[in-house]
Amino acid sequence: MKQLHELTIKEVHEGYRNRIFSCVDLVKHFLSRIDKYNPKLNIFLARNQHALEQAAVIDKEIAEKGIDRELLGIPMAIKDNFLTVGISTTASSNILKGYMPQYESTVTGKLLAAGAIFLGKTNMDSFAHGSSTETSDFGPTHNPWNPDKLPGGSSGGSAAAISAQLVTAALGSETAGSIRQPVAWCGVTGFKPTYGRAGRYGCIAMASSTDSPGPIAKTVEDVAIITKVISGKDPFDATTSSLDVENYPSFLGKTDLKGLRIGLVKEYLLPDMRDDVKKLILDSAEKFRSLGATVEEVSLMDPKYAIGVYTVVQRSEVSSNLARFDGIRFGHTRDSFGEETKRRIMLGTYTLSSGYYDAYYKKAQAVRTKMIDQFAEIFKTYDAVIGAVSPGPALSLGATKNQPMFGEMEDILVEQSSVAGLTSAGVPCGFVDGLPIGLQITCDQFQEAKALTIADCYQRNTAFNQFPDIDKTL
Amino acid sequence: MKITPLIGLEVHVELETKSKMFCGCPADHFGKAPNTQTCPVCLGLPGALPVPNKKAVESCLKIGLALNCSINRLSKFDRKQYFYPDLAKGYQISQYDQPFCSEGFLNLDSGKKIGIERVHQEEDTGKLQHTVLNGKKITLVDFNRSGVPLVEIVSKPDMASSAEAKEYLKKIHEIIRTIGVSSADMEKGQMRLEPTINVCIENEGGIHYTPLVEIKNINSFNFAVQAIEFEIKRQVEEYENTGTEKSLTNKTTRGYDSVKKVTFLQRTKEEAKDYRYFPEPDIPPFIIEDDFVEKIRKELPLLPDQEISSLEKLGVEKKDAKVLVSTQNRLAIQIIHDYSRDDRVDPRKLASLIVNGKLDPSKDTKAQYDSLTKVGITDKSVLTAIVQKIIDTNPNVVAEYKKGKTNVVGFFIGQAMKETKGTASPLILSELVTKLLNS
Repeated sequence: MKQLHELTIKEVHEGYRNRIFSCVDLVKHFLSRIDKYNPKLNIFLARNQHALEQAAVIDKEIAEKGIDRELLGIPMAIKDNFLTVGISTTASSNILKGYMPQYESTVTGKLLAAGAIFLGKTNMDSFAHGSSTETSDFGPTHNPWNPDKLPGGSSGGSAAAISAQLVTAALGSETAGSIRQPVAWCGVTGFKPTYGRAGRYGCIAMASSTDSPGPIAKTVEDVAIITKVISGKDPFDATTSSLDVENYPSFLGKTDLKGLRIGLVKEYLLPDMRDDVKKLILDSAEKFRSLGATVEEVSLMDPKYAIGVYTVVQRSEVSSNLARFDGIRFGHTRDSFGEETKRRIMLGTYTLSSGYYDAYYKKAQAVRTKMIDQFAEIFKTYDAVIGAVSPGPALSLGATKNQPMFGEMEDILVEQSSVAGLTSAGVPCGFVDGLPIGLQITCDQFQEAKALTIADCYQRNTAFNQFPDIDKTL
Repeated sequence: MKITPLIGLEVHVELETKSKMFCGCPADHFGKAPNTQTCPVCLGLPGALPVPNKKAVESCLKIGLALNCSINRLSKFDRKQYFYPDLAKGYQISQYDQPFCSEGFLNLDSGKKIGIERVHQEEDTGKLQHTVLNGKKITLVDFNRSGVPLVEIVSKPDMASSAEAKEYLKKIHEIIRTIGVSSADMEKGQMRLEPTINVCIENEGGIHYTPLVEIKNINSFNFAVQAIEFEIKRQVEEYENTGTEKSLTNKTTRGYDSVKKVTFLQRTKEEAKDYRYFPEPDIPPFIIEDDFVEKIRKELPLLPDQEISSLEKLGVEKKDAKVLVSTQNRLAIQIIHDYSRDDRVDPRKLASLIVNGKLDPSKDTKAQYDSLTKVGITDKSVLTAIVQKIIDTNPNVVAEYKKGKTNVVGFFIGQAMKETKGTASPLILSELVTKLLNS
């Protein structure tokens, strides 16, 4: 029989329904795991001091009314860039150390309304500026598969929390790879909804034009459940879509992918990519064929251009978004910004400066438009494109030192889909050197149901969705 | 030497919408206790996002249409970045290269067209309050005004005198009030003025332009006039002394000291801020369809100049029409229009009576009008004959007058009034009675 920390959302609800365990039991179980493993992993920055009381209230609700909310009693970890009333929120930056939010973010508000219970806030790259969680002002998070390795980032804390099974599910956010890359390095499942599908209100802005909140969990089914909860028009975010939210979980469980056309992106099999990583991607293509899909090679713009576009657009927006931390309010002065943040502010200030705006920002936006057009063309023929999430498995702690472009190099394969605002699932597709490798399944804007369906079918028909035995690895 | 001032005006107008530009807080901030009308958005808290106020955008379009602008089908907001403690987000949301409205004009009474370059939407900042607390000089920030909708109207440098500038400003003020988007109360800071001035000097050496000067934040028409006049004089003198001409780099910003009645240097171009404008990623671009523009256009009331000419068409004198329109005497204007269909009422007279305070349009107009315009006997020879006849038939009263009882003049006037059925002017009668009694 599975242990409590191994259960998916549906399994937790089964347990509640059958009175096998209570929400208090589950929360206690996770809190003791957090007490035990967090000192080694450095995943949680702040804990919800009222989790047990909240669990007791939920138990009462379950006893009286049963389970009529999608995430009722589901213990979750929340990336520290989402404002949570009553739990400090810092975006892993010293400039917000001790900051208690005045309001609840849209997506955490929806999770709470659906019955979720937050156990705490997870570490991340400071202001999400990175792909390692090593730029956190509060120390790096360690990869549960191997504590000498990085968890990836910026949602490294949330991905590691799932991999180490310290919560049932987690919330992350992706600007360009910040969900899919740590999910790949930690060997768990994550989902980046279309830009504008889930509201950004109350999510500390990194790059406003690509920030997308999204779930990290044990299975595609779990991320589908959470995606449904957090999606929809946000009256406080003018960039959200008013398109109806589909009932994503209801699409899952397909036994084959007959009739679907999948593009294997040629350029994503980078020339310097390890052969064993390439093989896993080609194997997954083969898997899709065996599930009945047509898989063909497709060609996109060289991903190196995405790095240029993303770097310019993102730094520009960052330099502007961080201006509100002016040293007058929030209790700390601007010298509390970390090195990476300062670097990004400087680069962004430069690219927006008079005389350089046309050369950098405008040109970057023009190339971005080209990428969007190219994807649109491909999605006329194909239902999804696939490729590796990251060029290789998790790198060692310290790998980001003196590597200002570290994140961009590690996110080279996911930046295009992010700047194009697409939706994409990240699922484990194998192991090299005992470390997980992730596959991205990317679909056109607002094709969440399709991306989740394909990812779910793949996950059910492969055996890569594994969790490390952290008593051994740590 | 011929001197031609070139004056352009930037006018900021605070809109009187119910809520602020990008959040639900009340926009009416005047006299409210500090920081009582704020929320995460207008405080610029982490994670807060702007959602544009549709009513404010409509008001901006109304102003643009009233100023004969074309409405751009595609517009967007941009971030204008600079540091100031009253600027919560570290940037102001404004419009840079794709404003809602552009290329309009406004006609002065002389018929001269003043070009309107653009009318764009932005948000106001908070307010700093410098004070002493516990013996320490400190600055407090009040964010009630932060995010209140502002519209900026930028003219072309088409005005050539302070008088033209004043007329332009008054007309803008009237238009804003007429279309009902703001009371544009100068004292409350709802309308703020920034003239940009330089002078074209023609002499034997050719045509020369003095460096551009922008004067910041003037809050009265008279100060604007004074500042412009001072600046024209100062620039001509400076040119005569130094010969410095306008260049791409020597624009300066000056303030106006209304006590000393002088402008003073605030900053030079070298110190000018680079605002690092870029498109506001939190607000999608706007596509404004023609249908929507037409809907807004239909909602516009008659504009002051249109209203004046419609009154003129009824026969009202221009000067009276201007008074009625500029004082927004809606009732009077309505009454004049209503009675213009009544043959017994002359709109020209009616307007004049109202303007001169003789007729109160809130009371029975027809009765007042009739009594004020009764056609009396004004022919002096007719009146002389009437008075003479009364004198002749009342010798005993005449005798009393001759004895010194001068108050009997009243008796004769009364009789004459009776005779003329009250239509004669008592003044003329009195004059005639005295004259005839003494002859």
